[in-house]
Amino acid sequence: MNFYRSHVLVCAGAGCVSSGCLNTMEALVDENAKLGLDREIKVIETGCIGTCDLGPVIVVYPEGVFYRNVTTDDAREIAREHLLKGRTIQRLLYRNPLTSQLVQTYGEMEFFNRQLRIALRNTGVINPEVIEEYIARDGYEALARVLTTMSPEEVVATVTASGLRGRGGAGFPTGKKWGFTFRAMSDQKYVVCNADEGDPGAFMDRSILEGDPHAIIEAMTIAGFAVGANQGYVYVRAEYPLAVKRLQLALDQARNYGFLGKNIFSTNFSFDILIRVGAGAFVCGEETALLASIEGKRGEPRPRPPYPAVKGLWGKPTLINNVETFANICPIILYGADWYGRIGTETSKGTKVFAVAGNINNTGLVEVPMGMTLRQVVYDVCGGIPNGKEFKAAQTGGPSGGCLTKAELDVAMDYETLIAAGSMMGSGGLIVMDEDACMVDMARFFLDFTQDESCGKCTPCRIGTKRMLEILDRMTKGEGREGDMEALYGLAENIRETSLCGLGQSAPNPVLSMIKHFRSEYEAHIREKRCPAGVCQALMSYNILANKCRGCGLCARVCPTAAIFGKPKEVYRIERKKCVKCNACLEKCPFGAVVRA
Amino acid sequence: MKTVEDLRKLREEVRQMTKLREGEAEVRVVVGMGTCGIAAGARETLGALVQEIAEQGLLSVVVTQTGCLGLCEREPIVEVNAPDGRTLYARVTPERARRILRQHVQGGVAIEDWVIRN
Repeated sequence: MNFYRSHVLVCAGAGCVSSGCLNTMEALVDENAKLGLDREIKVIETGCIGTCDLGPVIVVYPEGVFYRNVTTDDAREIAREHLLKGRTIQRLLYRNPLTSQLVQTYGEMEFFNRQLRIALRNTGVINPEVIEEYIARDGYEALARVLTTMSPEEVVATVTASGLRGRGGAGFPTGKKWGFTFRAMSDQKYVVCNADEGDPGAFMDRSILEGDPHAIIEAMTIAGFAVGANQGYVYVRAEYPLAVKRLQLALDQARNYGFLGKNIFSTNFSFDILIRVGAGAFVCGEETALLASIEGKRGEPRPRPPYPAVKGLWGKPTLINNVETFANICPIILYGADWYGRIGTETSKGTKVFAVAGNINNTGLVEVPMGMTLRQVVYDVCGGIPNGKEFKAAQTGGPSGGCLTKAELDVAMDYETLIAAGSMMGSGGLIVMDEDACMVDMARFFLDFTQDESCGKCTPCRIGTKRMLEILDRMTKGEGREGDMEALYGLAENIRETSLCGLGQSAPNPVLSMIKHFRSEYEAHIREKRCPAGVCQALMSYNILANKCRGCGLCARVCPTAAIFGKPKEVYRIERKKCVKCNACLEKCPFGAVVRA
Repeated sequence: MKTVEDLRKLREEVRQMTKLREGEAEVRVVVGMGTCGIAAGARETLGALVQEIAEQGLLSVVVTQTGCLGLCEREPIVEVNAPDGRTLYARVTPERARRILRQHVQGGVAIEDWVIRN
């Protein structure tokens, strides 16, 4: 047996890869070898640990010391000081943004100890490329138990009793979907995993596929047994090359061990999974469009019913669930529906993974019990708003959702409460905005996204969102008109009622919700041609205050377009026409004489 | 992989691959790795501990390091943190380290002659 006295986990989620973790890891491995530590210390590449703004991240076990922003030099120092001599390197520790205290270990970080990780149970803990590490943590036990001790009806009943609901956005009860597909009569059925994650800022599905691919393979196989399918497909976007690579590797390993293929665990159940790589169209996350894309057709939605459970892939009954939904299945089988049912709220069971981004101290992935309040997620788990700024709003549900304001900070994050508050759970994107965010510009951003991603099949979505975007564009340029808000409302209503699929129907949501909560900001853009948050460039102008200017000339020197004139020791002035609003003069002025309005 | 038993057998074999990350160790062996400890040979002591744990397959033991304890002349110092309490050993050579693992950690009997007492 090999014994390693220390395991060093290097986060190799896509976020950390882009911050250079592979070089960090290489330096660590190299230094360990030089010090002769390579037989005592194992360096492990894991999936996303969740603290994406702190990468490259390293966790040293058994102590559980958490190091952030580790450069290659830092990695060598960790080898020499910590791994060799057992000295924690204080300067590389994480500092709690609220208390400014250094946090010694992983377990003491609020970011982690306030989380409950079920879907992310192995992500950031195991090496996703080593199937044995998955097996060591009870991997494939749920499948073994299902195949040898349960009937398909019992599996469906367990999933139904757990109260699990679809994590992709709609929140449809998963057990019901499994039941529909189970009862559909056909010689051939399919299981599909929707990994076409497209909401801006949401990346939990990618992280699970990258960090724990076997969890999805095992859950899909269980689903196949439950509904009577022998073939599965994972539809994953081509923009997720690391997820595709690790999933492919995991599929090969699972086949080698016999967890996929013919007569699994010597039963008469056979199942296999193929990967289908999507070209990255947002609409392909819509289930009917996704199925069309797997069939090799243009990824466009079709009206439902018939639902895929009755008529799905190639006209056969198809169970389609999202990645995070599947990631909850094995724990439900292992620990039971009752256990799962005790987590969360009355109607929203279990946990939800949120991808937290925007103006927040700890951006990244967090998994918390359903029903945790927005305030707890923003302030307790994610460390609050940076630079002492005020919380203004949070967008949940991505481009299909709405925003929550300061007054709604104590809203419980579960399916029903979010809908009642005028937003939605969606796939779990959570974009936090501070006082400097312009709500017209935000709405424009989301609509620009949905407009761009509209597949064009139905008119309301294709043309309606275009018209809405034009109006918002005008507003941000100071060309807003009376009646614009009414026009937005009218268009929104039509698009909502008449679009073919969920993407179109929900596209107006961010605009409506932002107008509702921040009407005065919209009015300021239209009537006063003013952007209160100071974001919309076209609405800004720069001025030099005569009483503060000392005539030092720094502003004129830093101006890239020579728009500032004046003589030394006299008050300088800005020529509006030449000014490109780059903000350089404001930043440079030592006397605060340059102001933006 | 033909049966559930095959899976469970494999799991027992690979359990140690992730166990260290789960914080379930019963016994914690700590080696003083201050400059004094290293100068007195703590590096070799640590190596011997790791090797012995591997040879004996002691899955419930973790090995960590600590800094100088202030008893530099008695280094290398090894601390055994077992469910029955904390014991400090002085001048632990690689050979003594192996015996501590066998007699104390596995056998449950401290080697009184080497224990540091007040």
